[in-house]
Amino acid sequence: MKRKYFAIPYAVWMLVLIIAPMILIMMYAFTGQADGAFTLDNIKEALNPVYMKVLLRSLELAVISTVICLFLGYPIAYFLSRMPARRAAILSMLFIVPMWMNFLLRTYAWMNILDTNGLINQLLVALDLGRVKLMNTQGAVVVGMVYNYLPFMILPIYNILQKMPKESIEAAQDLGSTDRQVFTKVVFPLSIPGVISGITMVFIPTITTFAISRLLGGSQFMLYGDLIENQFLSVGQANGGWHVGAALSFIMMVLVFICMAIANHFDKGEENGGTMI
Amino acid sequence: MKSKSSWGRNFFIGLMLLFMYAPIIIMIIYSFNASKTMANWGGFSLKWYEALFSDRDIMAALEVTVTVAVLSSITATFIGTAAAIGIHSMKRRWRNAMMYCSNIPVINPDIVTGVSLMFAFSLLAVPQGYTRLLLAHITFNIPYVILSVMPRLRQTSNSLYEAALDLGAKPSVALRKVILPQIMPGVISGAILAFTLSIDDFVISFFSQQGAQNLSIYIYSLARRGINPKINALSALMFVTVMSLLLTVNFLGGKSSPEARKKRAQKKEARIARKAGTFVMEEN
Amino acid sequence: MAQHLIELVDISKDFDGEEALKNINLYIRDGEFLTLLGPSGCGKTTMLRIIAGFEAPSSGKVFIDGKDVTNVPAYKRKVNTVFQKYALFPHLNVSDNVAFGLKLRKIEKSKIEKKVHEMLEMVELQGFETRSVEALSGGQQQRVAIARALANEPEVLLLDEPLGALDLKLRKEMQLELKRMQQQLGITFIYVTHDQEEALTMSDTIVVMRKGVIQQIGTPIDIYNEPKNAYVADFIGESNILPGVMVEDYFVEFSGKGFNCVDKGFTPNEAVDVVIRPEDIKIVPPSDGTLSGVVSSVVFMGVHYEMQIDTGEHTFLVHSTSKAEEGVHVGLSFFPDDIHIMRKDVEE
Repeated sequence: MKRKYFAIPYAVWMLVLIIAPMILIMMYAFTGQADGAFTLDNIKEALNPVYMKVLLRSLELAVISTVICLFLGYPIAYFLSRMPARRAAILSMLFIVPMWMNFLLRTYAWMNILDTNGLINQLLVALDLGRVKLMNTQGAVVVGMVYNYLPFMILPIYNILQKMPKESIEAAQDLGSTDRQVFTKVVFPLSIPGVISGITMVFIPTITTFAISRLLGGSQFMLYGDLIENQFLSVGQANGGWHVGAALSFIMMVLVFICMAIANHFDKGEENGGTMI
Repeated sequence: MKSKSSWGRNFFIGLMLLFMYAPIIIMIIYSFNASKTMANWGGFSLKWYEALFSDRDIMAALEVTVTVAVLSSITATFIGTAAAIGIHSMKRRWRNAMMYCSNIPVINPDIVTGVSLMFAFSLLAVPQGYTRLLLAHITFNIPYVILSVMPRLRQTSNSLYEAALDLGAKPSVALRKVILPQIMPGVISGAILAFTLSIDDFVISFFSQQGAQNLSIYIYSLARRGINPKINALSALMFVTVMSLLLTVNFLGGKSSPEARKKRAQKKEARIARKAGTFVMEEN
Repeated sequence: MAQHLIELVDISKDFDGEEALKNINLYIRDGEFLTLLGPSGCGKTTMLRIIAGFEAPSSGKVFIDGKDVTNVPAYKRKVNTVFQKYALFPHLNVSDNVAFGLKLRKIEKSKIEKKVHEMLEMVELQGFETRSVEALSGGQQQRVAIARALANEPEVLLLDEPLGALDLKLRKEMQLELKRMQQQLGITFIYVTHDQEEALTMSDTIVVMRKGVIQQIGTPIDIYNEPKNAYVADFIGESNILPGVMVEDYFVEFSGKGFNCVDKGFTPNEAVDVVIRPEDIKIVPPSDGTLSGVVSSVVFMGVHYEMQIDTGEHTFLVHSTSKAEEGVHVGLSFFPDDIHIMRKDVEE
């Protein structure tokens, strides 16, 4: 039996459960509930001002979270890369361990802290500063996203900084660069692929998340992920929710595709055995 | 100057670590709080742990989580390894096409994968509940097994296979006795990766359940109703489990500790990358 | 047993339009050491792989021991290969590697052990049974590869440039080793190499190949002394090749002079290639030589001096144990049977 036929079971599986559904989503996005005819109604619905506002809000929060992750994560990665190997290994592992806790538990943890009766408010009351509404705000959602995705930013940057050949730095110093110049002219530029990787790994999930916004943001306002979930599960198939949801998903896929394309453009050539479409 | 800047650095790192661990530690502390809210400390109590263990839903969810993880990772490992072997021996164009398709669940945001699976299940009239959950997990696990096995296949020289044939082994025997041992590390790390991803999954499972809950979904439903100290207890237990697993693996392979650490680092990285939808796998 | 152990009949092979072998006809005798010699891309490895069964010919037939094995897969042929990069199984130790083929045939354990021991002794690796193959040196790995292939007692052993990765001294030792082994075992060795010295040292028969076509088949002495065309002459050993005209049988003109020679069978005044080996040319006083010129370079090569003599018409390469000084005017002398005449190449 030819070896390539080994892949047939999976090929069939993929076709049925991955490719066909994606095509279906496309179809649902562009067909009407009633008659199944081609229509742009769903897309129009998906592009209506209310949903667009949600999209914008999602993008806004995603950008804010990503930027915060970058400004916190890069220094962490940088400091770690400068430490002796053992300490760096232990510390980097410490930053990763929380990831092994369940994603929802990590998000829930912040509910404890930000709640009206939560820790922060306890403190404020004790200091006689009165309670502050922290839960169900956009701020809470940002905190949740940063908390969950910070390690995604740290790791790729740390990796690439670690791999940076010491000779490049020594060469720069040899040629007369100060520490700051070494950083701005050598270290940072060479670390950009890691930065791009980190940004991608944070930005895309933060646009599409819905658990974090639901738990920490309440039903007050929706993010794009909530919209999709809502259409599919709450509105439901019978009421055309699947068509609108598909349209929304389609728009999201386009967005993600654009992001990946931009990221790929900046990142020509992965040095490790990675696959990035 | 050196001590000043390194003090600053250490402080910053310390602060960040505090940021990462404070929420968890707080949860653990309050899991022992007799009072329901955080507003006051009602004394040390184990009642939430009791409540946790007697909560049948949680135990059911735990069972679902573990069984799905085990079954889906084993199935995915078999199908994925076979697929990787098949893809590896394809001509370049076919190989690229297959890999492109295979990576779709890896790249796509969870929500899109979850929704598309929901579509597929409903159109194929797959029974709701456990079946859907299991199939969904297998589906998103297989690509990671493939991505784990492929580099090993590439590293294995084809002349090893030919040498086995040359010495009289039938192709199937050659595969079993020569190729498989060579790719085994990749197969194992793929299986472990699949297991880890499965245990932690939320979004995809969310769209595939209605009937069967895994742990993540259960926690979600609980948390949506507001703060619940049972969750604190659960977190505490989970944290202890994770930490002890870490320490055992670290100390178990005494001399292979750098390898074990590397392996786990790979696992972690891949798992993290998976959540973000981009895959970066480090091979040594 | 058929006298021609292996026969290749009208074998052609193309890879995606590229012709690797063009209409090869070749027979290989039982018990001979035959070398396929040629530069990279000449098709020698392809031919070996077709004999082994890893490639199927695009057309033509392969016979082993009288049987048509063209469609028989590799694992069923009584042929074993020593691979270029040894292809030892890293997850098995030396003994398991050598025993691999034997274990497949479900031979009794004690017999296997005995055979492994015997093989390791033959390649002078006694005591290496439990060693890990990755800890061995290149030369040792290579010997394990040979032991592994021979443990199966094949009728034919195929060797694909096995000595390429070894350093010079080791290579030369192994060449003699392999020759000795072949004679001791009495089986057919088919050896692939691009190193003509290696081929000349070890082979009973050499097959010179170029771009998928056999140029010449013969013993080392034949090929060296009577190259059939300029390509073979140039590939084997060093030579001086110059254009000439075969005025009539036994008489050739080149370099502006006429010479007696020992070849015949050409049409009168046919344009030919003339080959004279550097070691056949002697340096003599200018008046004694049939040609004369100026020494343009002298290089000490250890065994001999390599000198270039410029006659104005041609620069001759001369190997001699006696030295001539640079810039000196000398004469060149050689015998009629040192002059080899070849038909002009009609290659594209």
